[in-house]
Amino acid sequence: MTISQVGSYSASKGIKVSTVNSKEILSGTTLIKRGFAHMQKHGVIMDVTNVEQAQIAEDAGAVAVMVLDKLPYDVRHAGGVARTASVKVIEAVLDSVSIPIMAKCRIGHSSEASILVEIGVDMVDESEVLSPADESRHIWKWNYTTPFVNGAKNLGDALRRIEEGAAMIRTKGEPGTGDVSEAVTHIRMINNEMKKLKGIHDNGDNQELIKIAREIRSSFEIVKETARLGRLPVVNFAAGGISTPADAALLMSLGCDGIFVGSGIFKAEDPLERAKAVVIATTYFDDPKTVLEAQKMIDERKSMLGLDIKNLDLKMQERGPTI
Amino acid sequence: MNDELLIGVLGLQGDIEENIKATNNAFKEMNLKGKIISVRYPEELLKLDGLIIPGGESTVMGLLIALKNGLLDSIRKILQEGIPVMGTCAGMIVLAKKSYDKVVGNKNQLLLGALDIEVERNSFGRQHDSFESNLNISGIGSDFRGIFIRAPSVISAGPGVQILSKFDEKIVAVKQENIIGTSFHPELSGDSRMHRLFIELVSKRKANR
Repeated sequence: MTISQVGSYSASKGIKVSTVNSKEILSGTTLIKRGFAHMQKHGVIMDVTNVEQAQIAEDAGAVAVMVLDKLPYDVRHAGGVARTASVKVIEAVLDSVSIPIMAKCRIGHSSEASILVEIGVDMVDESEVLSPADESRHIWKWNYTTPFVNGAKNLGDALRRIEEGAAMIRTKGEPGTGDVSEAVTHIRMINNEMKKLKGIHDNGDNQELIKIAREIRSSFEIVKETARLGRLPVVNFAAGGISTPADAALLMSLGCDGIFVGSGIFKAEDPLERAKAVVIATTYFDDPKTVLEAQKMIDERKSMLGLDIKNLDLKMQERGPTI
Repeated sequence: MNDELLIGVLGLQGDIEENIKATNNAFKEMNLKGKIISVRYPEELLKLDGLIIPGGESTVMGLLIALKNGLLDSIRKILQEGIPVMGTCAGMIVLAKKSYDKVVGNKNQLLLGALDIEVERNSFGRQHDSFESNLNISGIGSDFRGIFIRAPSVISAGPGVQILSKFDEKIVAVKQENIIGTSFHPELSGDSRMHRLFIELVSKRKANR
């Protein structure tokens, strides 16, 4: 199988069986959910708050849009409780663009998730950008036919989310800051952990693998498969603080499968050109000449100013359950 | 003359690596010498014996084809010369003459117009309607696992287009001379028979030159 099935829950309520002309058809299988994420690879998923932004994102080459009530930068400034976006806005976006549409629900908020699924979004992001609804548990995502994406700061986070049913991982940075340093740190950390696992696997040391599995609070099965693959068993995108083509290229060069851009595009003064430039730099990340061409399309004076992570009152990446 | 086949996967966006893997498996099963690479530059395309346009988002691939100098011309040249090309899902849309989205209608997107078909995008619905099921494909058999992810279908096909497979009355695989298009993702099914069918076209054309 091209896509790893590791961590699948066989009694998943999200699997729907039906028949068409006496042929059995299956929806919501691990392959169909993880497969959806594979179609996003090498692409840019852009945060939008209305139809106009969604259309700009589509025209600029976004592979999908993520609908929010407020961009992470504005969530930070508004304070208060950040919840899922208005149903009307999500429905309007669904009717206006042809690319996949994702939306965020609060961590642990299975009712918000169900609403998003009913509206018909293509993927649900259980996200720390919104205020967590449950401080001790994430959603059991195997209950849904629609795939989910979750954030992760380290390998244990990522593998636990996959075992709960996440079909895609985004490596957490610090959203709404315009600063990629946290995303870079966490991607390096996950990469280093996986490199170490691969070495142990190649030495055939299962006892060491099960010890690590216990340390990072994940199952032996998924740790062993990750060690064998030398990468996460699902698609892994970078997120948090990406604002320029060069940022996108940097994160792709660290081995991510694609990127999420939050505030970086629509908090800038040149969203259409910038979005296009980020798309180009994501595809040609390893080609400095083309990244330069992309970087020329934007003006640094129009970039979002950004926030120094050291001075933040709210660290979104640290929100939600630790297990 | 070098008898090793060189196939490229258009490496702009989508499941590029999955197509590389499926093609390598097919080479192995056919006991053929062949190389499969990801291609993003005009000059790389002109060396190919065959091209695969992968799954992903057709609007994104179209935009990236248009944005890179010379890329559109070199893909057109390949198609004009009759070099075999296979498009899976988004790849088939990009190859089509006409397309529209089931919900949104007409979208201004770049199409290569090489396959004489009209395609309906998201023809089976959104992601929660994505599915897998067995398909009957002519020349392959009735047990091919079709992986349909926000899949398109072929609404109408010109006289030169051979229909390879239908599902629920909808056309889901076509062949027109050296071009193959599928609504589903043969690269994800772990079954390389569709890729083998494509490699046979590539091999035949190379032998006849």
